[in-house]
Amino acid sequence: MPHLILRVTTKMFFAPILLFALYVQFHGDYGPGGGFQAGVIFAVAFILHALCFGLEETKKALPQRALTIAMALGVMFYAGTGLATMLLGGNFLGYDALAPHSTHHEGQHYGILLVEFGVGLAVASTMLTVFYHFAGREPEIDPEDW
Amino acid sequence: MNLMAQLPVLPVVIPFVAGALALLLPKGRAPWAWATFVSWLSFLASALLLREVAATGPVSYHLGDWPPPWGIEYRIDLANAIVLALVSGIAAAVAPFAYESVRAEIDERQSPYFYAAFLICVSGLLGVTATGDAFNIFVFLEISSLSTYALVAMGGRQDRRALTAAFTYLVMGTLGATFFVIGVGLLYHATGTLNLADLHLKLAGQHNRVVEAGFAFILVGIGLKLAMFPMHLWLPNAYAYAPSAVSAFLAATATKVAVYVLVRFFYSVFGLDFAFLGDALTYVLLPLGVAGMFVASLIAVFQHDVKRMLAYSSVGQIGYMLLGLSFGTREGLAAALIHLVNHGLMKGALFLAVACVVYRLGDHRCAAFSGLARRMPVTTWAFVLSGLSLIGVPGTVGFVSKWYLLEASFAAGHAWAAFMIVASSLIAVLYVGRVVELMLLREPPEQGPLSEPVKEAPLSMLIPMWALVAANLYFGLRTEFTAGFAEQAAAALMTVSGGR
Repeated sequence: MPHLILRVTTKMFFAPILLFALYVQFHGDYGPGGGFQAGVIFAVAFILHALCFGLEETKKALPQRALTIAMALGVMFYAGTGLATMLLGGNFLGYDALAPHSTHHEGQHYGILLVEFGVGLAVASTMLTVFYHFAGREPEIDPEDW
Repeated sequence: MNLMAQLPVLPVVIPFVAGALALLLPKGRAPWAWATFVSWLSFLASALLLREVAATGPVSYHLGDWPPPWGIEYRIDLANAIVLALVSGIAAAVAPFAYESVRAEIDERQSPYFYAAFLICVSGLLGVTATGDAFNIFVFLEISSLSTYALVAMGGRQDRRALTAAFTYLVMGTLGATFFVIGVGLLYHATGTLNLADLHLKLAGQHNRVVEAGFAFILVGIGLKLAMFPMHLWLPNAYAYAPSAVSAFLAATATKVAVYVLVRFFYSVFGLDFAFLGDALTYVLLPLGVAGMFVASLIAVFQHDVKRMLAYSSVGQIGYMLLGLSFGTREGLAAALIHLVNHGLMKGALFLAVACVVYRLGDHRCAAFSGLARRMPVTTWAFVLSGLSLIGVPGTVGFVSKWYLLEASFAAGHAWAAFMIVASSLIAVLYVGRVVELMLLREPPEQGPLSEPVKEAPLSMLIPMWALVAANLYFGLRTEFTAGFAEQAAAALMTVSGGR
């Protein structure tokens, strides 16, 4: 098996990268970070995997169809939070409607958490989709895989 | 939830969420049905909004309950309520039409992606129009443009040239958006605000290089997006090789929304007190508008491809709107807004007629139109009527546009401009007449693949097309909706900008 060291190192790094992505994701309310950065870091773990084990192996772990669904879900988390606040009587993305009786704007925390999660999901899956298609280097993208 | 209070944001939010959802629908009929339903819903919301704004005056909506100028404000007055109604109305006509057309031109497996991109494009265009925040305009401009590039590229299955057309459009469109955002950045530097109304207040009396550079960047950026005459090179190929339904939607909406943004920045943000604006109107918009009217129309006369011909004609028609704007008067502004709506209606109808021909004959070159009156009479007459509207024959919306433009040029003391408008309309007679002559007077081709017998286009395509043709005639006779609202909108914009 060639590139043994690379493979072992990748396996070691894979989980910590994901963990770091989640840290950046959920610490985004209080410090530097947020969904966009977290999504990129999350995707990087899989890109590293693809670089060392080959694209086919990564696609087995995380198929394109799942990414397509994740992209749409990410957008719907964001917009869905907005719709939920509208249904609860606030304006679009007026997070205070999520916890109307809170004395310290608790709704703002819930709201930004949900929205940033949507951003993270959409960014990670879009990054990977772009990577899959560039790395796949098929002369013609199969319409099935868009 | 109070539906009426949420109305300003609904036309934008509904297609946006629905676009993401369309991606998950199974291939085939479902994404189309969903897109049609959603675009009707969005049209309904826009129409209600227009009614409310016409009755009670401008509406302001605070996203996330953050008050302006800190938060993003959606501010709907008559000027953008009309454009919202136009964009969502065209979407509501194109979406039902698209089913057969798209099924014939695009791989069925791509249908969820097609309708997702379509809905997101609708949402982006409506967002640009509805928002009262300069940076939000940029974001929605990018949302609509990115989805447009994808939609244009989907024509690649019919004609590989769609791919290079989409790439050229991507490069030029991104340049335009970059220039726009640099301009917004400079204005932000000078004022510290992004809210359009607040920008206007803080820009008052500022005549420095930063603001002037910001203005120039915005003018060039939006000029690229609206295909102002020498910056139109992306448009003909993009419209010619995009899937037919996409051409119809884009030709009727995308450049119009960019014209609206220009109007908004000229009159609501900078205002006529900003001396640089007067110079730009006289020395940039006026000559470029007139040049576009003539050069692009003349190029249209020599096209062998009807879609390309209509695309060049669009560049020429943009020239009329710029000419109207360049007068810097209330009448000129009203004429530009009227033509903006009317041109959307006629180009939409014309491109849908071409899409019917492409559906049956698979070709949009002039040869396919030969003897069409005998083969597809219903489509032919739709093309003829909307073509007459493009020329400006009385009884159609084109006449209303030209009439107000002529009035505006006389009122502004530019009698020569009136002459130019009439002269370039004569060029429109040439290029429309050429196709009409082919359709009505020539024989159908006797040999080759185009000579096979064809039926009329299916009803699902004819009804939306004729709905737009009927709109061309209806608003040509009853002008209180288009011209009436546009005049009120122009008067309101002029009050803000300090003009007369």
